[in-house]
Amino acid sequence: MNSVAQYFSDIFKAIRSLWKGLMVTGYYFVHPKQIVTQQYPENRKTLEMFDRFKGEVILVHDTDNTHKCNGCGICQLNCPNGSIEIITDSAVNEDGKSERIIDKHIYHLSMCTFCGLCVKSCPSNALAFSQEFEHAVFDRQKLTKVLNQPGSKIKKEPKVPKPAPAPAPTPVTEEVPNPAN
Amino acid sequence: MQEVELQDILTAREDGDYIINIGPQHPSTHGVLRFVVSLKGETLEYVIPHCGYIHRGIEKMCERLTYPQIIHLTDRMDYLSAHMNNEAVSLAVEKGLGIEVPDRVKYIRTILSELQRLASHQLWWAAFGMDLGGLTCFFYGLRDREKILDIFEESFGSRLLHSYICPGGLMNDIHPNFQKRTKDFITYFRKKLPEYDELLTGNIIFEQRTKNIGILSKEEAVGYGLTGPSGRGSGFACDIRKRFPYSAYDKVNFKEILYNEGDTWARYKVRMDEMWESMRIIEQLIDNIPEGDFTAKMKPIIRLPEGEYHQRVETARGELGVYIISTGEKNPYRMHFRTPNFSNLFVMNRLAAGFKIADLIAISGSLDLVIPDIDR
Repeated sequence: MNSVAQYFSDIFKAIRSLWKGLMVTGYYFVHPKQIVTQQYPENRKTLEMFDRFKGEVILVHDTDNTHKCNGCGICQLNCPNGSIEIITDSAVNEDGKSERIIDKHIYHLSMCTFCGLCVKSCPSNALAFSQEFEHAVFDRQKLTKVLNQPGSKIKKEPKVPKPAPAPAPTPVTEEVPNPAN
Repeated sequence: MQEVELQDILTAREDGDYIINIGPQHPSTHGVLRFVVSLKGETLEYVIPHCGYIHRGIEKMCERLTYPQIIHLTDRMDYLSAHMNNEAVSLAVEKGLGIEVPDRVKYIRTILSELQRLASHQLWWAAFGMDLGGLTCFFYGLRDREKILDIFEESFGSRLLHSYICPGGLMNDIHPNFQKRTKDFITYFRKKLPEYDELLTGNIIFEQRTKNIGILSKEEAVGYGLTGPSGRGSGFACDIRKRFPYSAYDKVNFKEILYNEGDTWARYKVRMDEMWESMRIIEQLIDNIPEGDFTAKMKPIIRLPEGEYHQRVETARGELGVYIISTGEKNPYRMHFRTPNFSNLFVMNRLAAGFKIADLIAISGSLDLVIPDIDR
């Protein structure tokens, strides 16, 4: 007799435990506002990434097409994967001395692991991360990028105490605040 | 010759004896892990884990990298406890240099480790429920994990592989919103965690699939080197945070969760209770982060003095040991990681032998294996 009672109480307990779980899913079924899913490709226009998001490395350019990279090569040394390659050139500056400038700042996105060492170690704060994250391309060659824009020059600045303060607010720099701050 | 082989196979079949592969591309092995399983009918006779499918030679790669560069490789071992892996290497290097990091760094590191532990256990719960047939769990676990990943993304710019804790301190200071967001998350998750219990813990099907399955005694757990929540499910008090406190763990008050049953259910319960403890630790620290620098004074090129250094931390899966041999150069002469999953994996045969093939999934799920950490 006892075992029969046990049998039925077990069945009752089992159904109750299943019902408990169904109550949770049922709650969200009737409260669709609490669902947090984002519809990604549809919300592309309104989607905003966080300021510090490590999308890809960029060389910050001002509106007058100047950047702060002097081609010292510290980012190349610090990169663990060899994803940065700097080709330097020399040019004669206003004082008549020959000066090192960058010819090409080559960035292999396909090798980058987004560790952030290049941006952190840059002594002139020339590099930053952009919020771009859609990196898919059909041709692998497109992942190798030249970061300095054609015709860009090194920014002539009066001597500033280190670390260099953020440059004057321009549309470009506002989008890309330095993650080191 | 051919006849004999065929005959062998036929006799084996008559006995009901099979040798089959589970994996390397099986969803419930959570990665590229292969089990060679000998079956008698539906009963497991032995289980041989084969690893090495995602071996990248991280230890060897470390030998040509400088210490700050090594950090980004350790992310890729146990990617679900990236902060703890980073912290282990950083602590070992700081030990070698003999420097003391500021209190602010210690507090932030501890908070991050606990947030990471929460995120890891949430994903484990989600995947464990899914392995045992409760697909709903997967969505609920990931829903709450997303909140933690947002906190991470805002402060360090990445969701999974952070490379944030570095030798000497942190890569950059925490975001001004960090404290508020973390507090919001804790109040949110304190309400949501009981939902996990309602969905899965009391469920009769789940209980019968986990209770008295894969039993391991305390002595055997010590013998196999089973650490972390899996070891604590067998009553082995192996919490490094409690036994050998590092960072700010000596300043907080928390309980080491121990269960003595040693079965899959006990390992499940340890992790569920650990989530509550992690939230307690974060709550004690989040309002008291001291002001100060986010990094200690470091030389631009780190050279460890000649010698051998060892540091262990508690990751979400167990004890991670980092062993560095330095010859005074800027890169290590030899680097070794004692990863928790590697030791935890080889208890599989002992746990699963004698049980049914469906229990293999429950047992491997309860060990919470992360395959890149095994192969590294």
